Amino acid sequence: MIDRKRGDTNMRAKFPGKLLPYLFLLPTIIVCGLFIYYPAAMTFRTSMYQSLFFGARQRFVGLQNFTRLLSSPAYLRSMGITLWFAFLVVVIGLSVSLLVAVLLNRKLLAAKALRVALVWPYALSPAVAGTIWLFLFNPHSGLVNYLLDLIANKKPDWFSQPGLALSMLVVTAIWNNFGYNLVFFLAGLQNIPDSFLEAAEVDGASFWKQLFHVTIPLLSPTIFFLLVININYAFFDTVGMVDVMTRGGPANATNMLIYQLYKDGFQNFNSGLAAAQSLILFVFVVVLTLLQFRTTGRMVHYGG
Amino acid sequence: MAVNAARKVDSAKARRRKALETAVVYGVLGLLLIIIAAPVIFALIKSTQTSQQVLRYPPMLTFGRNALSNFSAAWSDYGLGRMMLNSGFIAIVGSTGKIVTALFGALAFVYFEFPGKKLWFYFVLLTLMLPMPVIIVPLFNVMAKFGWVNTYYSLTIPYLASATGIFLFQQHFMSIPNSIVDAARMDGVGPVGFLVKILVPMSGNVVGAMVVIQFIYLWNEYLWPLIVISEPTKQVIQVGLKILSGGGAQGVTNWGVVMAGALIVAIPPLAVLLGLHEYFMAGVGLADEK
Repeated sequence: MIDRKRGDTNMRAKFPGKLLPYLFLLPTIIVCGLFIYYPAAMTFRTSMYQSLFFGARQRFVGLQNFTRLLSSPAYLRSMGITLWFAFLVVVIGLSVSLLVAVLLNRKLLAAKALRVALVWPYALSPAVAGTIWLFLFNPHSGLVNYLLDLIANKKPDWFSQPGLALSMLVVTAIWNNFGYNLVFFLAGLQNIPDSFLEAAEVDGASFWKQLFHVTIPLLSPTIFFLLVININYAFFDTVGMVDVMTRGGPANATNMLIYQLYKDGFQNFNSGLAAAQSLILFVFVVVLTLLQFRTTGRMVHYGG
Repeated sequence: MAVNAARKVDSAKARRRKALETAVVYGVLGLLLIIIAAPVIFALIKSTQTSQQVLRYPPMLTFGRNALSNFSAAWSDYGLGRMMLNSGFIAIVGSTGKIVTALFGALAFVYFEFPGKKLWFYFVLLTLMLPMPVIIVPLFNVMAKFGWVNTYYSLTIPYLASATGIFLFQQHFMSIPNSIVDAARMDGVGPVGFLVKILVPMSGNVVGAMVVIQFIYLWNEYLWPLIVISEPTKQVIQVGLKILSGGGAQGVTNWGVVMAGALIVAIPPLAVLLGLHEYFMAGVGLADEK
């Protein structure tokens, strides 16, 4: 039964059989091929067609969909909004969770229970988080405006002002993902030997020096992993949050790329234009993934 | 003498600093727990109030007596009960399927030699670069060709391959010492028996982590069901939430019912996370002790 292959660096015992492994992989190969690679290839084709009469007819237009998108002020604005939103969610979200993780990286009472008490919002979907915060931000009877009224005597209308609507989404997204980031940072910090940080302390390094010269460099695998996860979250997962909270409004101020894609592909039935948008998003994903491969070599992507 | 005194002062200073630090840590921690929990506690309070109490200003921050009516309205008037069943079915079938295909995939990659092994590994791995939004338009067309629009085939089968799962199980299988594997296989157990009787029992942590990650992922899916399911009785709960809240419309919404609905939707994934949190934390790489 057991056959040790020479040259196998792991010296792992193997089962014989050449066909059997294919049989085991067959479900995975079929699903990947039929429902991932085939549609991916079709995306290229579809992106070169224009839909007429709400998708009833297709006309070959070459790269026109791309030129149309990349020269459309509305689309470029949507791209700008998405990038700005992702930037805010990632930078604020990761900085705050990293700072908190550094603070909590010590023996604490009831450490296990504490972690659970911090991570659970990760289990809530962006749509649930969006629904709850939708009411929290309610201008007339929500908690946010009540607190602002108490502190600063202000009751802004979060839904009618572009900047406020976007910051509302930023707050909700950061809340939704904060615990998840924190748990990964804590796990990363656990792997840094105490002696490193003690040495820095003995050298008289200030908190910030220690953070930037010791902790962050040692945490870079975790940081890059979370960067990719959070950018993906901001780009794609928040579509439920946007749909529940703002529907892209007011005046398209929260019209993210993925939301625009949904509207073009499945409300206006312009599949060619939507496919072209898919490919533009694909470029972002590829750049991100390559960045992650290069910097960390880790290929885990939770939730995929 | 002078040196000793200085040291004493130093150590007293250090002790005071340490105590201050501890106080700051617990202070921040307390504040954090409040900020994290406050939205859901607010929702919980509001879900017990009548439609008038919910809209009061300043907000009424005590529990009302309307919980039963709000929760039952969300559950039956808005059809959330039915959608819960739909989502539960999809999440359970989908995550089980993902784990099974991933286990067999990892078995093939770790315990077999076959032509094109590396190629197939990358074939699976590179699907990570193709998240659903990137392929969503043609995928919908594939579903239409198969006649799967408005069926649960479209909400389960396209999810059944898991590069994440294969990767996690592969890493775990490779960490199992050969000696254990050899000893267990001395009796001539076949590959399937080996997977079921030996590998799976030794992979409790990874299976548990996968259940948490995949159940939450599938339960929370929004865009794909929104597109591929148009019959309300077949719709999943996340999209149901949008119907409940009116998609951001202010005014006539009964917020007590909406908050009750949001809490109902949050319960299953929270239960899975809380029930299996030790596996999840272990899978994430958090040890028990600092």
